[in-house]
Amino acid sequence: MSPKPATQADVTTDADETAVRRAISSTERPPPPSPMSAALTFGWRGMLKVKHVPEQLLDVTITPVMFVLMFTYIFGGAIAGSTAEYLEYLLPGILVMSVLFTTVYSGVALNTDLTKGVVDRFRSLPIWRPAPLVGSLLGDSVRYLLSGTVIMVLGLILGYRPDAGIVGVLAALGLVVVFAFGLSWVFTTLGLVLRSPSAVMNAGFMGIFPLTFLSNVFVDPTTLPGPLEAFVNVNPISILATASRGLMEGNVDSRDLVIVLAVAAALTAVFAPLTTRLYRRG
Amino acid sequence: MTTQSPLAIEATGLVKSFGDTCAVDGVDLAVRSGSIYGVLGPNGAGKTTTIRMLATLIRPDAGTARVLGHDIVEEADAVRAAVSLTGQLASVDEDLTGRENLILLGRLLGLKRPAAKDRAGELLDAFGLSEAAGRLVKNYSGGMRRRLDIAASIVVTPELMFLDEPTTGLDPRSRNQVWSIIRALAAEGTTILLCTQYLEEADQLADGIAVIDRGKVIAEGTPAQLKASVGSGALYVRLLDPEQRPEAAQLLDRDLGAVTMEPDPAALSAACADAARGAEAVAGLARAGVRIADFSLGQPSLDEVFLALTGHTAEDAASGARDPVNEEQPS
Ligand SMILES: Nc1ncnc2c1ncn2[C@@H]1O[C@H](COP(=O)(O)OP(=O)(O)O)[C@@H](O)[C@H]1O
Ligand SMILES: [Mg+2]
Repeated sequence: MSPKPATQADVTTDADETAVRRAISSTERPPPPSPMSAALTFGWRGMLKVKHVPEQLLDVTITPVMFVLMFTYIFGGAIAGSTAEYLEYLLPGILVMSVLFTTVYSGVALNTDLTKGVVDRFRSLPIWRPAPLVGSLLGDSVRYLLSGTVIMVLGLILGYRPDAGIVGVLAALGLVVVFAFGLSWVFTTLGLVLRSPSAVMNAGFMGIFPLTFLSNVFVDPTTLPGPLEAFVNVNPISILATASRGLMEGNVDSRDLVIVLAVAAALTAVFAPLTTRLYRRG
Repeated sequence: MTTQSPLAIEATGLVKSFGDTCAVDGVDLAVRSGSIYGVLGPNGAGKTTTIRMLATLIRPDAGTARVLGHDIVEEADAVRAAVSLTGQLASVDEDLTGRENLILLGRLLGLKRPAAKDRAGELLDAFGLSEAAGRLVKNYSGGMRRRLDIAASIVVTPELMFLDEPTTGLDPRSRNQVWSIIRALAAEGTTILLCTQYLEEADQLADGIAVIDRGKVIAEGTPAQLKASVGSGALYVRLLDPEQRPEAAQLLDRDLGAVTMEPDPAALSAACADAARGAEAVAGLARAGVRIADFSLGQPSLDEVFLALTGHTAEDAASGARDPVNEEQPS
């Protein structure tokens, strides 16, 4: 039962049978909400949770700050020459890494949500089926955006000056968030298949960690042995990092953009229906 | 078929297994529109699984069911549009406030934002939750949470409501409040399928009851019919003089049979299915000079019904109690 003692309010406020009856008889059934409206309502739910527990935002603000400082000052000097120089290479990569790491938490959060009774109610509503999932990922996208913004602002403070200016930075941020939205469907699927939040976390990082480090996020692949270089070059995370650098420097290869968006679309096309089916089935 | 059908729920041979566990093993149900129907059974009997199938949350492995005239598999969306579910775990979002929960539900059911807000306020008032409206639900007491849960189920009044163990874990006062809400719902015409482990709850609220054990309906009828199906009640007699108990026992054994000595040294009881014979037996005692302090004729409790239906070995329970008490259920 409640962790707190029964309050006086508990005693003075009973359900009033007449008022209950009046409340019961006073509604008509409206037409169900549109898919968009239902999804946005779930996005609103995600925002409300952040409002009530703002500490949730620590992982999307503190962690990226740590990453930027750590990689810039510990590894940066060893990899390139001056701070400004290696920030130019590193910062887009750190942006990609931090945001992609955050997507794992979408799966963890969904798994946690499943243990709660409210999911049964959502499942029993006459709404567009993927709405709860699309909605919470839209809410999570706000977190991705926040994470990305923290990194970019910190980068600018540290002396990063992208050639394409603010427009380029925003475009890169947008691209990374779109890719993260697609990728997070993989983790929501994991979130529904695995039994516990920690299992989702472990499996998620076991996948995303090597994929991120076997990309060009931190190092120029030409320094790598042949087979590894080949893998790094086709890794979508490399292509995303390259495209982000390109957008910020104003020299993006449009083929990279197409590939990144196509991969995001493909991940969504495969894993969104899968997640939805698993979610409905319970 | 429309919702005008006299049967709100019509289930035939529902089966659902989880791996090796056959959670529901051929359940038939017929629930009249506008009634409160109790599904009574111990923990693990298959009540929740049955409700989840009927509420379209899981698909049956076999069998069919129509809810408000709609097939639960083929027309799941039509079912969802007309029913609401109050699950065994409170189906509210603990990380939101009570008011936010109700607004969320209102929006998801298609109310515009101002209408959803108004409706939330109206329900919070009616359910005595307006003071707690701005608090996070995780800080609510069990009774408040349950009331919010039921309020959330009627943001848009459903034609049929599934209630899964609505008073489990509540103190008696909260339980009475929930009962009065359920009665109010029924009085407004909502059909209610109520799962419960509490015999008293089914007895208090339900018009019809299905007793379920190990995934099977083992008896069905009105509370009165179920009690009658156990056969006998008992005649309890308390004597003025404990010395006369052996004599009274002899007489009752002759007239009724199955005499039991009660813990009270002046009291005894005998099996008695028929009130007239009970009255005669009491008169017989009086004629023989046994002085009686008081007597009563008790119906068997629903607990005894349950024990009688499930207290046997599995085969006995299956063969002996399988036939329904009565097909028709008077309202
Ligand atoms: N999702 C599930 N996976 C595996 N077993 C389950 C699942 N749901 C229920 N069961 C099993 O099915 C049986 C019936 O459960 P349930 O319908 O919850 O009973 P009740 O609600 O009457 O207590 C139990 O033995 C339970 O352990
Ligand atoms: Mg149950």
